[in-house]
Amino acid sequence: MDFLRPASWEEALAAKAEHPTAVPIAGGTDVMVEINFDHRRPEYLLDLNRVGDLYEWETGEDSVRLGASVPYSTIMEQLRAELPGLALASHTVASPQIRNRGGVGGNLGTASPAGDAHPALLAAGAEVEVASAARGTRMIPIDDFYTGVKRNALKPDELIRAVHVKKADGPQQYSKVGTRNAMVIAVCAFGLALHPETRTVRTGIGSAAPTPVRAKAAEEFLDAALAEGGFWDNGKIITPSVAKQFADLCAAACNPIDDVRGTASYRRHAVGVMARRTLTWTWESYRGARHTEGAA
Amino acid sequence: MRVNFTVNGRPQEADDVWEGESLLYVLRERLGLPGSKNACEQGECGSCTVRLDGVPVCSCLVAAGQAEGRDVVTVEGLADHARQRSRGGSEGVPLDAAKGWAAKGGTDSQAGEGIELAPIQQAFIDAGAVQCGFCTPGLLVASDELLEHNPNPSDADIREALSGNLCRCTGYEKIMDAVRLAAARQSEGV
Repeated sequence: MDFLRPASWEEALAAKAEHPTAVPIAGGTDVMVEINFDHRRPEYLLDLNRVGDLYEWETGEDSVRLGASVPYSTIMEQLRAELPGLALASHTVASPQIRNRGGVGGNLGTASPAGDAHPALLAAGAEVEVASAARGTRMIPIDDFYTGVKRNALKPDELIRAVHVKKADGPQQYSKVGTRNAMVIAVCAFGLALHPETRTVRTGIGSAAPTPVRAKAAEEFLDAALAEGGFWDNGKIITPSVAKQFADLCAAACNPIDDVRGTASYRRHAVGVMARRTLTWTWESYRGARHTEGAA
Repeated sequence: MRVNFTVNGRPQEADDVWEGESLLYVLRERLGLPGSKNACEQGECGSCTVRLDGVPVCSCLVAAGQAEGRDVVTVEGLADHARQRSRGGSEGVPLDAAKGWAAKGGTDSQAGEGIELAPIQQAFIDAGAVQCGFCTPGLLVASDELLEHNPNPSDADIREALSGNLCRCTGYEKIMDAVRLAAARQSEGV
């Protein structure tokens, strides 16, 4: 095994071009587990800890360019206003020790359907910025990023530089089912973002299909129901039948399996429950904000 | 490969390090510092917790090469780290002293008398927060870091800060007591 230690992003891309089989390691919270358990013996480890750019983020007009290695603990503490869904998701990652090391780049690189960040990224809307020495930078929409169980759209010579996440224009929520509050791989997870500017709703489902997925039929149904009832303007409570139909459509978007963490039918049920709850939480928050604005 | 880094305030060098080796392995097997414990090797248990550039991490998930040029504090250096924090200035703990830490001037290891301890270590002893002791080093490092940036933590803060450290003996209540005790003593300046 060789340990490659690039000191800059350019050096990292050059190393990845020269050794396309090199396994990038940043927080190490996935890669080191595999090495410790002898599940993986990569020829090259590509250490990204010295690439300072990956630990920085920039807040633009519409989105946050979040460096791939910005730790979850930093997202929780520094980006709660801009990226509330991702901040909530970050808070559910493992433990403080893991959140101090791991970042969204690792979640995307591993592309496990159980990665905690995925539902929040899908719901908020995001693009993954990847780069190679040969072809430079390209942006991959989050909807096209996950291609299979632990597979993503990265080419062998590419590295993840950052993820551009849309700044919240409305309430966002994140919910995760597990056996305790910490150190849990999601049985299933659900992210929901209201986008009042476009009068749309976006979802993200984790651990309930081969890849993280959106419940697009549920989104379309809710968009239409909210528009038809004038809900965005009148701020009325969402009718229980609409919430139920939304929940059922979210459950139907799942394609889960039975495994040690839960059965397929439990996952479908739980996703429906989380969809209904997160819709209620975000909608109450939206209504509350409207009232405050009206009073001011 | 060779790894140069700072451990408990002193520069150290580890030779013949395998590229896939963890920081935990280097600390225990190459530097002779067995205080950080090896249990799950997957970041679940927290018994290998150390400070890496001040931040609590699972040393089993840090590749040894990633520690190059960085600053590590282990439980063996905790007393020195705490003293440095309260008084300012320290020359660090030499490796030999760290290796022989348990015997350092101690007359009664059970009560901790005569041994130089960090306040959090004394609080763990006084509160009866140590049973088999395997999880204790990780909990000490995590608790000490909590009290460093949050001198007056709520119970929820303590539970959250220690949520990555498993203890199978105590049921955690005595550990909670110990952290509360250390916080109270810290605020009284005892």
